[in-house]
Amino acid sequence: MNFKHKYVFLLPGLIVLIGILIFPIIFTVRLSLSGWNSFNPGLDFIGLKNYIRLFTDDPRFWQSFFRLSFLAITTVFLQYIIGFALAHMVWKDIKFKRFFRVLFLIPMMTTPVIMTVIWRTFFHESLGPLNDFLSIFGVQPPWLSSPGLAKVSIIVVEVWQWTSFMFLLMLAGLLSLPKEPFLAAAVDGASPFKKFIYVTFPLMAPISIGAIIIRLIEASKIMDTVFVLTSGGPGTSTETSSFFIFIKGLREFQMGYAATASFTYLIIMIISLTIIVKVLTKVLMRE
Amino acid sequence: MKLKTLISALASVLLIGSQVAHADKWGDQFPHIAATGDIPGMCSYESMSQKDYSGRTLTINTHAIPVMGEPTALHAEQFEKLTGAKVEVTHTPAGDLYSKAMVPFQAGQAPYDIVFGFSNFINDWKRYLAPVPQEYVDQMDGVSASHKAIASWDGVMYQYPVDGDRHYLKYRKDVIDNPEMQAKYKADTGKELKVPTTWKEYGEMASYFNGWDWDGDGELEYGSAEVMKKDDLMYAAFYSRSVAYAKNESTPGGFFFDLETMEPLINNPGFVEALTDWVDAVNYVPPGGINFGLGDEINSFGGGQTLFSFSWDDAFVAAMQPDSPIANQVGAAQLPGAEKVWNRGMGAWEARYNQAPFFVWGWAVGVAGKSENKDVAFDYLCFFANGANHQADIGIGRFGVNPFMEEDFKADVWTQIGWDSDIAQSYVDTLADMEKSTNRVFPLRVPGTFEFNSALATGTAKALAGQLSPQEALDEVYAEWVSILDRVGADNVRDAYAVGVKMEDNEL
Repeated sequence: MNFKHKYVFLLPGLIVLIGILIFPIIFTVRLSLSGWNSFNPGLDFIGLKNYIRLFTDDPRFWQSFFRLSFLAITTVFLQYIIGFALAHMVWKDIKFKRFFRVLFLIPMMTTPVIMTVIWRTFFHESLGPLNDFLSIFGVQPPWLSSPGLAKVSIIVVEVWQWTSFMFLLMLAGLLSLPKEPFLAAAVDGASPFKKFIYVTFPLMAPISIGAIIIRLIEASKIMDTVFVLTSGGPGTSTETSSFFIFIKGLREFQMGYAATASFTYLIIMIISLTIIVKVLTKVLMRE
Repeated sequence: MKLKTLISALASVLLIGSQVAHADKWGDQFPHIAATGDIPGMCSYESMSQKDYSGRTLTINTHAIPVMGEPTALHAEQFEKLTGAKVEVTHTPAGDLYSKAMVPFQAGQAPYDIVFGFSNFINDWKRYLAPVPQEYVDQMDGVSASHKAIASWDGVMYQYPVDGDRHYLKYRKDVIDNPEMQAKYKADTGKELKVPTTWKEYGEMASYFNGWDWDGDGELEYGSAEVMKKDDLMYAAFYSRSVAYAKNESTPGGFFFDLETMEPLINNPGFVEALTDWVDAVNYVPPGGINFGLGDEINSFGGGQTLFSFSWDDAFVAAMQPDSPIANQVGAAQLPGAEKVWNRGMGAWEARYNQAPFFVWGWAVGVAGKSENKDVAFDYLCFFANGANHQADIGIGRFGVNPFMEEDFKADVWTQIGWDSDIAQSYVDTLADMEKSTNRVFPLRVPGTFEFNSALATGTAKALAGQLSPQEALDEVYAEWVSILDRVGADNVRDAYAVGVKMEDNEL
């Protein structure tokens, strides 16, 4: 085949790649160097003014980033523990195994926004069933009005919604494990706990890393749960990076500045996730 | 001469007769206006039925149902039946109305022929909206002159008047005017139970009537329902609480900024005092009240859950509807005032009573300049606000359509829909007194309005959540406002703000 023909065949894919990935990134960078807002719509050039503002004069962005890091790490950690435990449970021969496998997948199949609306009703402080039940014991926690409990509420919703995903990946991993190491462990008289620590867990490490990273990437975009459940409140106590960028871009119409925050966030996430993969690989896959 | 008089009298009788016939006909066909029937005019049901917009499609972006979204959809359906046009209505949450129009506007597109928003968007939107044609302006006989001015910029009307809004106090008359409650309150607190005239009294009474079943319905009741949810019009609630402490007639030249220097006034002691009161209010709102948006506030007060509320008419009208558990048990009064007011000229408090009404103006609607259906769009808006629709709409609290026509300020309009005459009178008196006040505050209508209000909402929400003290929160808002002024241009903001200041200083 002619050398040039190769490029002709590559061209459609390349055009799509440029159109849907490269162009938006380049446009975002260009937008981030402009002062586009409601009064001055247009790609003027203001240099690094937005970046200077973001790095030197906007603690709210950084607070929302650290809050997001906390929420993402906490929810993914809990999803991993619970998801792995549930997968381990139905991996074994238990009664109604198929029923439980389907049951544990249901949350993932529901629409996040709709489920969050239902959770918001559930957490409603004067009309919600949760406080109605808790009032029997004389307590009515301010689930969505207290900065601390509002974060807990978001974690609960996120863990409920996405543990299924972790469960699915971990179950798939468990079902694909070779039987020989387990037979060898049984012959050696290993207890179930030791079997898990020395056989199951190490064998599941590559799958665990993949699952955790996939969920961390998703969790770092938490937006719908925050938007519906708390609108970032009370105050700014549940505001995440995506929500902050949404407010700046589509509420306050500071398009240039929102692009700056988006691009900066993208860079930070690429660096952070690369480091996390390295660390997880080192910790979980050590021989 | 006699013959002429006779002919003209006969013609008048026939004309009136034909109008009545139309009223009956249209009232039967459209139950929404059954009480009044059609009311003749350029945009009446009869007039619209003579238009043929078959094959034309009108697109509208409006608020979520029910507030403003429900009447938009209802009148769209009626308009379709009358004219043959197809009307596509999109419902959008309040916080996104601005951007949903601005994104296509700035891209030079008009996906919506009609865009609903708030009156204070006018400065940012006006360059993308079509002016209201003179023939429509000319037929707005009943719209008050001040409301026409609000819908206009530099003498050109861009926003079609469909709603007029003010913030005022709503209270439970069956409690405040109840001698038993008055005696109990006196015995327990040593103070008189009456309609609060200061925010301190409001707070004391709301605290006292918080968390117990004071109306004997088996449910707990609370002190106050307020819009405290960030990004859901909470800035308007804060301004309502601030005017008493920070609007001083003896220091003209700006409430939000010093017009001369464009120095933001948002963190002066008057605003800080108001925010301190508001932080206290977190203790006497219903559980979860810190997350109440406008809809929650309407349902809470309108459903009989609280003693007080203050904001737009909707909660009051909802409470007065026949299906309300507290129909004819509510009262309206001016926003509370304060026993002191900040004098920024002297840099000190003045120890005297001060009260200032806050006009919030509310919903506004315009036709996109690039719309290809401007004729249909203006006819729709004219139909939306016609006499029959308007009278029916203002009596339904959840619709969010509030008085702005001179006729609306007459008690008869309200007694006809079942209000007790004393309540109707106090309601129209409250509204009318606000019109007469010379110490009014109007909302910001400057470039970047959304940024200013969003910054304020963020700061005050942090104070309500206990993240910052009132002073720290407003200092943060001040810094953000300075930064917005820098970005948008202080002169650009000043030019626009000067118009509002002139109105506040009674120069327009």
